[in-house]
Amino acid sequence: MDFETIESLVRLSWLLAASFFVIGLMRMNSPATARNGNLLSAAGMAIAVVGTAVLLLAGGEAEPRTWIIIAVGIAVGGGAGLYTARTVKMTAMPQLVSLFNAVGGGAAALIAIDDYLRFANAGESVALETTIFVVLDVIIGSITFTGSLIASGKLQGLIDGKPIMIPGGRIITAALAVATVVAAVYLFAGNVSAPVLLVIIAAALIFGVTMVLPIGGADMPVVISLLNSFTGTAVAMAGFVLGNDVLIIAGALVGASGAILTKLMADAMNRSVINIMIGGFGGGEGTTGAVAGAGGSVREVSADDAAIQLAYADSVIVVPGYGLAVAQAQHAVRELAELLEDRGVDVKYAIHPVAGRMPGHMNVLLAEANVPYPQLKEMEDINPEFPRCDVALVVGANDVTNPAARRPGTPVSGMPILDVDQAKSIIVIKRSMGRGYAGIDNELYANPKTGMLFADAKDGLASLVTAVKAL
Amino acid sequence: MNPELLAALTVFVLAILAGFAVISKVPATLHTPLMSGANSIHGIVLVGSMIIAASAEDPLSIALSLVAVAFSTMNVVGGYVVTDRMLQMFKKKPVAPKAEKAEG
Repeated sequence: MDFETIESLVRLSWLLAASFFVIGLMRMNSPATARNGNLLSAAGMAIAVVGTAVLLLAGGEAEPRTWIIIAVGIAVGGGAGLYTARTVKMTAMPQLVSLFNAVGGGAAALIAIDDYLRFANAGESVALETTIFVVLDVIIGSITFTGSLIASGKLQGLIDGKPIMIPGGRIITAALAVATVVAAVYLFAGNVSAPVLLVIIAAALIFGVTMVLPIGGADMPVVISLLNSFTGTAVAMAGFVLGNDVLIIAGALVGASGAILTKLMADAMNRSVINIMIGGFGGGEGTTGAVAGAGGSVREVSADDAAIQLAYADSVIVVPGYGLAVAQAQHAVRELAELLEDRGVDVKYAIHPVAGRMPGHMNVLLAEANVPYPQLKEMEDINPEFPRCDVALVVGANDVTNPAARRPGTPVSGMPILDVDQAKSIIVIKRSMGRGYAGIDNELYANPKTGMLFADAKDGLASLVTAVKAL
Repeated sequence: MNPELLAALTVFVLAILAGFAVISKVPATLHTPLMSGANSIHGIVLVGSMIIAASAEDPLSIALSLVAVAFSTMNVVGGYVVTDRMLQMFKKKPVAPKAEKAEG
């Protein structure tokens, strides 16, 4: 077979891979086909990589050292990826995704840097369209690299999760932007200069840090989703630099899907993406225990009384939130639900779109605790059921249950909420009267139907389990 | 504009539209696995890393492409494995091997 035939076949294999990616994502529409979709997507990736290896082999360009680079790189990167993916706890999922964003964006930037340096070292001129994509790739890729590392560090607790305000942050950002624009214009004008590209790289790397540091831990899900979109875009730009369609397609696919997810997330938090990126707003959750009166008296309930309410109910809706994930109480909540089901109680879970630290994160955490997914109800499906439910059990969720959101003029106004207050009775497990992320009191707690069980999510659920068993 | 760039732009825009269309239908339940799945797809940058490795001659180029290959492989392998781990937990009826509650 001559080289041209082989090249055509490899390009077709890339097209096949790109189709697998699209179909794989489509199959992620439903939990029943999602796993299959992911495997299909992985198969597409394998086809693309093998095809590339064949192309390099047939092209005769590749020397023994090429294969050594590829083999060593794959062994090291694959080992690291496999190890982290196998050992990560499900609660730590968001920081791992962020880490993979960092390396993906980093690799995309390196491709453009390497490509450009070759032109620069050979003293050749570079076409304007190549320069444009090199510069875009380097900027987006570098921002993603450091931004994702910071986001990952914040979630992991290596860096303070609170918004970190940088003195003179705006001036630094403006200076970085000016430096980048000047350097980019210089390169677009037809000058080929590696040091000038270095200026752009440095500015983008610093910008990634200054962009994410001032953003609070509670906003990280949106940031990670945005950085995922950035990585996809950087990869597409690398595709333009190399003239490679499969990079362009896969990158654009991820760029677009990430952008949509980011928008969905921000909408569910009732904030604009720009507002979040400007940052300096939401701190961590109100776990520091800022004790504040909840504008009205609050009724406390004991674990025994709560257990009786739950055990003799016909239907119970569990409303899990961030606090449940923090307390690692997924298994405890499932144990309680199973006990209740054994007693004939109908148990469902109401999942707010932003429960957890990533869109849909709560579903993963509950699935890990063996909660069957048909019991997990999305907000629109479960809200009509609250008026018919005997007990709503709120565990570690706060702002997403605040009826104040239905009135204008509060920080949570307009935010879609779970209609917990319409249940016949409500039990809230909460450590203290601390405020949620929006920094306001939750009117639900002052509702006469509400009983507060003051405890850590895990301990509170454990005491309920004991109490139900004793009945 | 040269025809190749024009063709590449066409592909780019259509892929963006495909991305929008495909994702808009996914239920919130699956947003995390979806993000993680999309995350693995941008590991396709491995193909680009292999291509630059093929023409790496000077030490700097060799170093850059080696890091690029390692980074992108980590993205690919880690992304797919962790997505699969997540998705295999989504079950209709749990087989509930309760003994496996290792977490404290």
